[in-house]
Amino acid sequence: MSAGTGTTNYTNPVVRWIEHRLPIFSTMDHMVGSQYPTPRNLSYWWNFGSLAGIALVLQIMTGIVLAMHYTPHVDYAFASVEHIMRDVNFGWLLRYAHANGASFFFIVVYIHIFRGLYYGSYKTPRELLWMLGVVIMLLMMATAFMGYVLPWGQMSFWGATVITNLFSAIPIVGESIVTWLWGGFSVDNPTLNRFFSLHYLLPFAIVGVVVLHVVALHQFGSNNPLGIDRKSPKDSIPFHPYYTVKDLFGLGVFLIAFAIFLFYFPNVLGHPDNYTEANPLSTPAHIVPEWYFLPFYAILRAITFDILFIPAKLGGVIAMFGSIAVLFVLPWLDRSPVRSAKFRPIYRIFFWILLADCVLLGYLGSQPPEGIYPALALLGTLYYFFHFLILLPLLGSIERPKPLPASISEPVLGGSAAATPAE
Amino acid sequence: MAEAAVDHHQTSEDGETRRDFLYLLTGAATVVGAGVMAWPLVDTMNPSADVLALASIEVDLNGIDEGMSVTVKWRGKPVFIRHRSAAEIEEAESVDVADLRDPQTDAERVEKPEWLIMVGVCTHLGCVPLGQKPTDPHGDYDGWFCPCHGSHYDSSGRIRKGPAPLNLQVPDYTFLDDTTVRIG
Repeated sequence: MSAGTGTTNYTNPVVRWIEHRLPIFSTMDHMVGSQYPTPRNLSYWWNFGSLAGIALVLQIMTGIVLAMHYTPHVDYAFASVEHIMRDVNFGWLLRYAHANGASFFFIVVYIHIFRGLYYGSYKTPRELLWMLGVVIMLLMMATAFMGYVLPWGQMSFWGATVITNLFSAIPIVGESIVTWLWGGFSVDNPTLNRFFSLHYLLPFAIVGVVVLHVVALHQFGSNNPLGIDRKSPKDSIPFHPYYTVKDLFGLGVFLIAFAIFLFYFPNVLGHPDNYTEANPLSTPAHIVPEWYFLPFYAILRAITFDILFIPAKLGGVIAMFGSIAVLFVLPWLDRSPVRSAKFRPIYRIFFWILLADCVLLGYLGSQPPEGIYPALALLGTLYYFFHFLILLPLLGSIERPKPLPASISEPVLGGSAAATPAE
Repeated sequence: MAEAAVDHHQTSEDGETRRDFLYLLTGAATVVGAGVMAWPLVDTMNPSADVLALASIEVDLNGIDEGMSVTVKWRGKPVFIRHRSAAEIEEAESVDVADLRDPQTDAERVEKPEWLIMVGVCTHLGCVPLGQKPTDPHGDYDGWFCPCHGSHYDSSGRIRKGPAPLNLQVPDYTFLDDTTVRIG
C-alpha cells in the first residue's frame, strides 16, 4: 500500500491519477477486494460479520435522521416520538427500522459470536480480534440501553432506573456514582439529555473499534470451518468476487427477514408498556428489558442470597458483568489447541448445551421472579460459569480431538490437492 | 538518552541526573494539569444548582385519614406518607429486631408512630413498591411489595424478604405543626 504501488494495475486514467495521490483503490482491494486472500471453505456462518457492519451503518443512517425530529426533554420526548410516527414524512418507517434494526443488529452479532465459539475463532493468534469484538458488544449494549430510554415510555424510564441503580451496589461510592450518572436524585431530564448525547456518540466509537477489529482480522485473515491455518495459495480465494457476492446474497436474505418484521410485525419485539408515557410515581407491574438483554437480566436476578461478605444485590451485579468479563479471558480458558468443534467431539456437545443454556436464561429473564423461575435462573447461571471456568480448561487436557486434515484444500478437493479448481 | 545525558550533566552518586528530575517534574505537572482539565468535564454531570435547589417540600397532612396513604413527589422520587392504624403500629413494634436483615426498631423509623414517612423507592434496583392503594398487593408482611424483583417490606417499611438489602429510606423531615410536615 506504499505510494505508487499498484498504480499500473489500473487502466482508467482518472483512477490512476487518484491512486497515485491517494491509494484508495489499492487499499480497498486489500481490505475487501481481489488482493485479500480468504480461506476457500468459508460457510454461510461467515456472513454475519459483514451483516453486523451493514446493520451498524443502517442504525447510524436512520438514527441521524431520527435525531432531526426528536426532542430530548422529559416534557416533549414522548410526544416527539409520536410526532415522528404520525406527522413526519416516513417517520414511522425510520423509527420502526431503527427499533427493529437494533434487534437485528443483536441477532447477527449473537450468531457471529456463537460462530466464533463453535469454530474456536478466538484462539491464538486471534485473541485481540476476539477481545475487540467483546468490546464492540459492550458498546452496543450501552448504546442500545440508552437508545431505549429516549422515547421516554414507562419501560424506558424504569429500565433506566433499574440499570443505573446497578451501580448503587458498589460499596461506599455507589450512591454518589448513581447521582452522578443521573445528574440529579432520580432519572430525570438531565439523565435523558446525557443519554441522548451519548447515544449519538457511542455508535461512532463502535465504528472506531470495528476498524480495529477489521485491522486485527486482516493480520491473519478469517478463521474457517476446519479451524486449521492456510498452508498454500491453494487454500485461499480472493475476497472479491467470491465473498463479496456471497455476502451480498446473505444480505438479501437478511433484508427479507428484516422487512418481514419491519412491515408486518414492527412492534412484536418491543413492549406495549413503552407506549405509556414515563411516570416516576408508578412502576409497571412487570418490567423486562429488551429481548437481547434477557439472559443477562436473568443472571442479574439469579443471585438472591448473600455470598460470604458480598450482599445479594452486589452479587447479582458481579455475576452479570462477570458473564461478559469471562468472554475477555476465553482465549486463555480454552486450552485445547484445536480450533474447530468439528474435530472436538466432547466440546461440540457442550457448545450446544451452552447455547441451550443461554436461550433458557433468556426465557427466564422474561418471566416474573416467582415460583420455580429464580431457582432455574440460578442453575442456568451456574452452568454458564461452569462451562467457561471449569469445563473448557478441563476439556483441553481430557478431550481427544479427531485427526485434522492436512490442508484446507485437501477435503475440499476430495483428498487430492492436485486437482485444479475451476476458477 | 540517559547515557548521553550522563556525559553532559551533573550525575549524583546513584546515577540520576538533573534531567531525570526535570522529566519527573514535567510528567507530574502534566498529570496534575490533565486532572484539573478533566474535573470540570466529570463534575458537570453532577446535579446542577437548580436541581439541588428543589431539595425540600411541605406537605399538608389534613385529610389523610387513618389507614390512608398518599404519595408525594420529592426530588423526582415518590415519598410514601402513611397514616398507620393502631394495628399496623402494634405489628411493626412487635417484630424481633434481631431477625431483620437491616435491623431497626419501628421507633427509629418514625417521629410520630401514626405517621410513617419514607422514600417509596425499593432499595434493590429503584422500582416503586406497591401497597399505597388498598387494592394493591401488600406483600407477606402487611406493608409494601416490589413487583420488579419480589421484595417484601413490612408495616414499618423494613425489608423482610426478597433481594433488597436495606429498609425503605426514611428522609429527613420535621413536623412544622400538627398537620404540616417538611420533607428534606
